[in-house]
Amino acid sequence: MTGKQRAKKPRKSTRTASTGKTASAGKTGRAKASTKPASAPTTMTADDQQLGLIEEPPRPAVRRTGRRRRQPRRKSTVVITGITGRLGQLLARRLHRQPHVRVIGIDRRSFHRKPRDVEHLQIDIRRKKCEELFRTEQVDVIFHLGLMHDPRQNPDEHHSWNLVGTQRVFEYAQRYRVPKVVLLSSADVYGPQADNPTFIGEDAPLLGARRFPQIRDLISVDMLSQSYFWKAPEIETVVLRPVHILGGVRNAMSKYLRMSRVPVLMGFDPMMQVIHEEDAVAATLLAATPGVRGVFNIVGPQALPLRKLIALTGKQDLPVPHVIAPSVADRLYKARLIDMPAAEIDFIRYPVTLDGSRAEKLLKFRAHYGVADAVASALRNQVFDGSVERAVSA
Amino acid sequence: MAAFASSGNRVIDRGIDRGGALPFRAAVGQLGVMSKSPLQDGVERLSRIAGSAAGQIMEVTRDGSGTHLVDKLLEELQEAAAEVRAMLEASSWRMPDEEMERRIQHLIHGRNINEHGVDPFGAEPAYMRKVVPFIEFLYRVYFRTETHNIERVPDGRVLLIANHSGQLPFDGMVIGTSLLLERNPPRMIRTMVEKFVPTLPWFGTFVTRAGQVTGLPDNCRRLLDSEEAVAVFPEGARGISKPFSQRYQMTQFGHGFMRLALETGAPIVPIAVVGAEEQVINLANVQFLARLVGAPSFPLPLLLPILGPAAMWPMPVKYRIYYGEPLYFEGDPNDDETLMAKRVGRVRDAIDEMIQQGLKERRGIFV
Repeated sequence: MTGKQRAKKPRKSTRTASTGKTASAGKTGRAKASTKPASAPTTMTADDQQLGLIEEPPRPAVRRTGRRRRQPRRKSTVVITGITGRLGQLLARRLHRQPHVRVIGIDRRSFHRKPRDVEHLQIDIRRKKCEELFRTEQVDVIFHLGLMHDPRQNPDEHHSWNLVGTQRVFEYAQRYRVPKVVLLSSADVYGPQADNPTFIGEDAPLLGARRFPQIRDLISVDMLSQSYFWKAPEIETVVLRPVHILGGVRNAMSKYLRMSRVPVLMGFDPMMQVIHEEDAVAATLLAATPGVRGVFNIVGPQALPLRKLIALTGKQDLPVPHVIAPSVADRLYKARLIDMPAAEIDFIRYPVTLDGSRAEKLLKFRAHYGVADAVASALRNQVFDGSVERAVSA
Repeated sequence: MAAFASSGNRVIDRGIDRGGALPFRAAVGQLGVMSKSPLQDGVERLSRIAGSAAGQIMEVTRDGSGTHLVDKLLEELQEAAAEVRAMLEASSWRMPDEEMERRIQHLIHGRNINEHGVDPFGAEPAYMRKVVPFIEFLYRVYFRTETHNIERVPDGRVLLIANHSGQLPFDGMVIGTSLLLERNPPRMIRTMVEKFVPTLPWFGTFVTRAGQVTGLPDNCRRLLDSEEAVAVFPEGARGISKPFSQRYQMTQFGHGFMRLALETGAPIVPIAVVGAEEQVINLANVQFLARLVGAPSFPLPLLLPILGPAAMWPMPVKYRIYYGEPLYFEGDPNDDETLMAKRVGRVRDAIDEMIQQGLKERRGIFV
């Protein structure tokens, strides 16, 4: 072993020298270096070679990140966690028709209406079995959409699913050299606050759990992903923080606008930002562009006051005094009459308005749909509210 | 027990707005006496406030020429009423509608108003149009505002720095109205409001729709970079809620505005507001009640027993607004505090000078 270590050192130096001198890179350069008499003779035996011992450690993944360097024929493989969710489905539909893309979904839920050429692994991402996929396939992008945000879920499971799941995604990405991981976080991590700046930048502290402790795992997931900027700099990690997504999604804002009378707080009318689900998916796709990394606020059309947003639904609002709202909401939530815990009331009391200029500049992302389109799509997709599915499963 | 009593008296003498509770508690602790029940404690505090209030009422009546103060105030009020009557009869206080529309159009022009009629900060021109007659009435008739040297406000980015007083921020409203009604061409004011304001129902929404913005450095920077006129009250909540005994004594200025001025290269226009200090006679700030309701201060107005909460509504005092020459500062926004304090002191002195001039010029608080 000592001989091998000695053998390595001079080889490295000659390699760098040769690449510096000649434009011819890659195998020829290395072959020349190994035949040079200056370098120590190879100590590799036939046995070693059989065991898979190699003379040179595998090259860092950085050299593979650029898609352009790869042979154009190979299909790029995309893994989507949480593919059976609304956004996962939309993303899969956009991707699977592209000729050079192979889509693999991971989700423990079953995938109804799955396009034929999409592969689906019905498995919990935390299970070791999942690793097999990454071991056997050369994955190019992971879209990590498989986060849970359901306040009715068991908090233990909720926390583990989000944090352990995300940890696994990054572990696999690091181990099997996936060059790109895109996490779909949310603007909720900033939290609604009276003293929020009008344009919240990506550097703002994530105070979302200050008055809404149930979402602390989502903040931890965001932070955990950020930590891979330095833990695994070879992975291009992208964290997206879209504002309230409207459409067939089952998120709080879409559900809120689907209520028959939309409750508001008397005397409060915060500025709101919403984004059409298709725009959110478009931004997620743009995040897969090679070279893009970092945190991005994803902002749709311009902000508008909450009541004007509700007016676009054509429904009446239901003003509630803010002093009694939390206790009323709490009771209704416990009685399972509404799906929003009392802490979410702050979202209709204080603004969370983001500065989307970074995504505009670096992702070249611009929202295509207006507020009215987004609201219409949230109302049109009542079907996805879960009521039908629950009836079917019953 | 003698020590106990004397320390208690000392606290009463010092008034409650300087955090009198602590030394009293400390004295009790030193004597090894058991601390009192919350009820007893509350009674103690209230009696102390009453004592302080009595002292302040004495001071109010000592003001001016002593015994004839009430007569003088009544005369002033009569004079003011005559002025108002004349204004209302001639309806000279209202700006012609076309002129007003032209001014509002000028304010809106070139702003980033989206299809929902709001700008990114939540200002809504349609809402402002509705509010204008009301603020115009307050400005012309109710406060009979006199504005001096408004032409000193330059075009482009500018920081308007003013003294803060009057318990409720009518001074900000009056400065904003003066820029709309008196300056040529008019300018829209973007005041940096206290972070507590957005937590208030209705008022918080009103403030936002009228184009005012939560007072954060980031908001201020963005507004100045888009060439807006930003008003800052560097005294903040501690300035506006001063008790009557400290009127026209400016409290400490924050340094944030100066750093922003250096960073953005915005000139500073000092503004003195004279008159607002007398609009509500605040006897004391009750700190424990403020803490209880989560407000920056809890004033105790003189007329509270007569008017109830309406005692916070300003009396029809006469407002005088003095705009100073723009001050241009250059330097590193990260300079140390002592240098900053000197620069801020320069602005503060400019305001103080104008306040003293204004106090000298005026005949009374209502005329």
